[in-house]
Amino acid sequence: MAADPREDDLPSKPPVWNDPRVRALVFQIVIVVAVSAFGYYLFDNTLTNLEKRGITTGFGFLDSQASFGIIQTLVEYSETSTYGRTFIVGLLNTLLVSGLGIVLATLLGFIIGIARLSSNWLIAKLAAAYVEIFRNIPLLLQIFFWYFAVLRALPSPRQSHDLGGAVFLNLRGLYLPRPLFEPGFGFVFAALIAAIAGSIFIARWARRRQEATGQQFHTIYTSIGLILGLPLLTFLALGAPLAWELPELRGFNFQGGIPVIPELSALLVALSIYTAAFIAEIVRAGILAVSHGQTEAAHALGLRPGLTLRLVIIPQAMRVIIPPLTSQYLNLTKNSSLATAIGYPDLVSVFAGTTLNQTGQAVEVIAMTMGVYLTISLVISLLMNWYNKRKTLVER
Amino acid sequence: MSKLRIMAAGTALALLASGTTAQAGATLDSVKQKGHVQCGVSTGIPGFSSADDKGNWTGIDVDVCRAVAAAVLGDANAVKYTPLTAKERLTALQSGEIDMLSRNTTWTATRDSSLGINFTGVNYYDGQGFLVTKNLGVKSALELNGASVCIQSGTTTELNLSDYFRAKKMEFQPVVFDTSDQTIKGFEAGRCDVLTSDQSQLYALRIKLADPNSAMVLPEVISKEPLGPVVRQGDDQWFNVVKWTLFAMVNAEELGITSANVDGMKTGTDPNVKRLLGTEGDIGVGMGLGNDWAYNIVKQVGNYGEMFERNVGKGSPLGIERGLNALWTNGGLQYAPPIR
Repeated sequence: MAADPREDDLPSKPPVWNDPRVRALVFQIVIVVAVSAFGYYLFDNTLTNLEKRGITTGFGFLDSQASFGIIQTLVEYSETSTYGRTFIVGLLNTLLVSGLGIVLATLLGFIIGIARLSSNWLIAKLAAAYVEIFRNIPLLLQIFFWYFAVLRALPSPRQSHDLGGAVFLNLRGLYLPRPLFEPGFGFVFAALIAAIAGSIFIARWARRRQEATGQQFHTIYTSIGLILGLPLLTFLALGAPLAWELPELRGFNFQGGIPVIPELSALLVALSIYTAAFIAEIVRAGILAVSHGQTEAAHALGLRPGLTLRLVIIPQAMRVIIPPLTSQYLNLTKNSSLATAIGYPDLVSVFAGTTLNQTGQAVEVIAMTMGVYLTISLVISLLMNWYNKRKTLVER
Repeated sequence: MSKLRIMAAGTALALLASGTTAQAGATLDSVKQKGHVQCGVSTGIPGFSSADDKGNWTGIDVDVCRAVAAAVLGDANAVKYTPLTAKERLTALQSGEIDMLSRNTTWTATRDSSLGINFTGVNYYDGQGFLVTKNLGVKSALELNGASVCIQSGTTTELNLSDYFRAKKMEFQPVVFDTSDQTIKGFEAGRCDVLTSDQSQLYALRIKLADPNSAMVLPEVISKEPLGPVVRQGDDQWFNVVKWTLFAMVNAEELGITSANVDGMKTGTDPNVKRLLGTEGDIGVGMGLGNDWAYNIVKQVGNYGEMFERNVGKGSPLGIERGLNALWTNGGLQYAPPIR
């Protein structure tokens, strides 16, 4: 009787040290242990050295009094506040300039990017010149340029530019009147929220009706009318519960009102213009990535170029645009730390600058600052990735 | 196999890195071995530490470093300078990047105790003041309510300013810059009404204005700012060397020894002079230096008075009076313990 061929062909189980799966597992465990040991060693070494040199460690300094002033604070702050508070103030200033910068840069970037693809020769060339100029000059130089160019052009407080006695523009900043909300104003806010909700609802209804019956409905006009009209009606009905605090010149500078310091404007302008040049190129790449057949098909269906761009091209281009756009947003947020060069009190200037120097605790302060930037960047990435996932093509 | 190689390389690197934990306490030896003193100075304050267009550093703080080099290495030019802003200066010293910091740094309790550094003495007694343009029409600091003030980040100036305005119940708007150059540019551009800093710096910065006569220093001095050289904690030998270098210069002025007459004085009979210049006793050797340590200092850099007049006094564009920085025998505060 022949031996069972299947039994002879079975390979014998390899010894443990030759088994590839076991080897892979062992290597991974060893590397993880080595990396954590290295990390722990670095941490321990730093702490020992700090102690040997008599430098204080720990986060206790966050509760001591700061004793220095900050020119722009979005929350309550005085010289008797703690260092922890300076951290919050710096953080909010960074978020403010980053948020506004992202919005402005995106708007400007999309406009320039689409302009560069225009069939009008002059507009296309102007957009190309814009991109080439602002992409290639270092950001710090642009910030200095806007700051000192703006400063040079403005008058001193005693000779401010005056807009109707309510808005003042001078070297020390742009002074806007501050709205003082009287008791009834809550209803106006509620009306605004209701109007926004109403617009969203109407947009959804209009889209369903168009898909069912093909009838168009100009949601944009209705929405604008609702968002502007409803709060306005409520406002007038309640007897205009709004007073204004006008800035006035007392002594050296204007007091009262909402001041927008020139550092903020210069930083915002420089960051937006610089990042917009990069975003323009990304948008152009995204639009060119959509196959030309789409444009031709849309034209064949009778869609005007503007509608083609808005309804057919851009939604498809967004898939290509979103990942590099995320990088540009992160760049903008990190570049806002150049604020120290012109004295805008952002996180790096206030916390990693003044607080670090007054307390001498460089390791803790820099670690906290790095942690903040890392968190902000991760949050932006998360949001963009979620949006990107929603836009992916679903294969049938 | 390649994974193994990568792992081996990684652990080797880790072991290499572990061998480089810095040692505190051997600065004098390392300076002698290097052959130069690494001196932390400012980014350019006339009179204190500034470089000319050929890269030569001059100033009263620079001269202190040169004196230390003369005492330790016998050559006042054996110094390398690291320009530092006010924000980085203390971290650079703590981390070991420089051997000593001579950068018009104010001696305060917090800095002395919790930062791991030691102040070795005072080479300039100063106070904080205000600089305004003459056409602002302000004659005293008490009229500055609501003004915007240009300051340098990370200095005691920021803190003193807050305290002063709070005590006088006045308000101000701080405009904070990184370097003193930017503060003077901001002041000139009109961004702020007032520039505040140590009075000596105000005189120095006023020279940098396009029209120095358009600005004036207000009479109020709102704080004590004793400025002096700084070293790291944990190295007593180096601390003594830097401390006694400054004291030697003050003692030399007290005894009337100048860089011109030091050779003649060496052969004299005054026992104080003989002990200072090293012809008698072993004071230099006790500090780890040669016995001619003070002779080298006076010969190559001069005594305290010469250093003062040359950099910030009558022999310089600043023209500051000795004032508090005169010798104790002339009504000032410069007093050095005896060298014996």
